[in-house]
Amino acid sequence: MAWYSKAITEKKQQIGSFWVKCKQCRSHIWQEQWNENLWVCPNCNYHGSINAFQRIEQIFDKNTFKELFAGIGPVDSLHFNDLKGSYADKIIANKKKTGISESVVTGHGKIHNIAAVASIMDFRFLGGSLGSATGEKILQGANYAYDHQLPYIVFSASGGARMQEGVLSLMQMAKTCAGVARLNKKNVPFISVLTNPTTGGVTASYAMMGDINISEPGAVIGFAGRRVIEQTIGEKLPDDFQTAEYLLDHGFVDAIVDRKDMKDYLGKVLAYYNR
Amino acid sequence: MTPVTGEKILSNPIKGTDSKKTTAWDIVKISRHPQRPVFQDYLSLVFTDFMEFHGDRYFADDKAIVGGFARIDEQKIMLIGHSKGKNTIENIEQNFGMAKPEGYRKALRLMKLAQRFNVPIVTIIDTPGAFPGLEAEERGQAESIAKNITEMANIEVPIVSLVIGEGGSGGALGIGVGDKILMLSNAIYSVISPEGCASILWRDASFAPDAAEALNITAQALLRLDVIDEIIEEPSDGAHSDYNTIAAKVKDSLIKNIKDLLSNSTEELLLKRFQKYSAMGKFEDSL
Ligand SMILES: [Zn+2]
Repeated sequence: MAWYSKAITEKKQQIGSFWVKCKQCRSHIWQEQWNENLWVCPNCNYHGSINAFQRIEQIFDKNTFKELFAGIGPVDSLHFNDLKGSYADKIIANKKKTGISESVVTGHGKIHNIAAVASIMDFRFLGGSLGSATGEKILQGANYAYDHQLPYIVFSASGGARMQEGVLSLMQMAKTCAGVARLNKKNVPFISVLTNPTTGGVTASYAMMGDINISEPGAVIGFAGRRVIEQTIGEKLPDDFQTAEYLLDHGFVDAIVDRKDMKDYLGKVLAYYNR
Repeated sequence: MTPVTGEKILSNPIKGTDSKKTTAWDIVKISRHPQRPVFQDYLSLVFTDFMEFHGDRYFADDKAIVGGFARIDEQKIMLIGHSKGKNTIENIEQNFGMAKPEGYRKALRLMKLAQRFNVPIVTIIDTPGAFPGLEAEERGQAESIAKNITEMANIEVPIVSLVIGEGGSGGALGIGVGDKILMLSNAIYSVISPEGCASILWRDASFAPDAAEALNITAQALLRLDVIDEIIEEPSDGAHSDYNTIAAKVKDSLIKNIKDLLSNSTEELLLKRFQKYSAMGKFEDSL
């Protein structure tokens, strides 16, 4: 099966409420087993999508994560309407569905007792798209890291720019990277963790700008959409195109780390930060 | 009626006998007009003494982005721009202004060269987007754009960016992080092409005119959204109807904006640039 079509919600694949079918190997796995295994398939190591709070629980020491800038949320400033209705309605529906106010959760906490600032994207909220409020929270996270000289980690999971915000969404690439640029200048480490999927404008901004870029196995990471490229060049792309493994091969990520090892890996990296 | 004085009067970009309102889609069509002036036209009409520099020092010389030292009257600058061709042969060579990673890397190299020589930078934006190809992805299209956007935040000379035709998404922004962003009145700047947006959100590319309207891609809309700083008015039938007039206006605007920016110290310049991009976007804060 093609890698790019995996980014549909887990829910659709549930059979009853006890079994969940793996999108990669199609085997049926008990829901508890998925949970225990951090939503990674015990059969084929497919890394399923997890939400921001599951990620926080997996990465941060118990009860150390404090959310920041939680009040920042999207507005339908263009009054954008398409076939499926207004962006304003989509915002309300996504807030209700996810219980969060934007496609990213920002805060600070400890990883193996080392303090860090983090922004964790949540694919459930409008496909993790980069809206103005998303950009604002990612920038504010960078600014907090800058002010406190703490390492900054961004976990990306995003389909890219948010069309419903037009160029305001595009400009979030410049906005977030302005924050990264300040961290670079002050020698504050910025770590990017690219999870499935990280594409479009998010890849072409902060997600690729980690001093260290880490990915989960099998994650789709790319700029242009697979279909667009196939139409442009008039041929089928190889199956592993735009995967974490492909990017590792081509020198754009430092390491591919299994979800179960991610916390330890980040802890080890952070331990090298001497300041 | 007493004529209103001042330079802020913005005329309707397309006049004619019909009183129909100019739509975003009308402007899209003008921005892509085959006779619309492109980089090389402005190069000959606005700038002198162009010294082109080639190559990204890693892989190749991407002809979709052209750059080098130039002058506008006495002002020395680094000029960098997307270059669309004027005919099929040029368009194939220049890939319709769709740059690959080597193009963005050349642009960044030249921006750092500008910093070394302490000359301001002018970037000319006119691209449907970064090239969506296998090799471009393989060589890090995303990384090259990300790096430019990031590094431009720290470039220690003034940057003026001018959108002359199509400002196509990340491919435009990759050389577009200016202290001032100027747009011609019939240029567009968009996060996605109207056709691309229509095929995703309307499930049919023929809804591109609706998408163009919804996306707010015109200079007028972007000025209102605080994304751009200035609109350069084109002749009433569009820039293609009178090259000399639009070139003269572009020249005046560039000279004025560079002069304004040069009055800042480096610290002020970088702080203002950071503040400018920090302020981009509209959101709410309920706490
Ligand atoms: Zn599996």
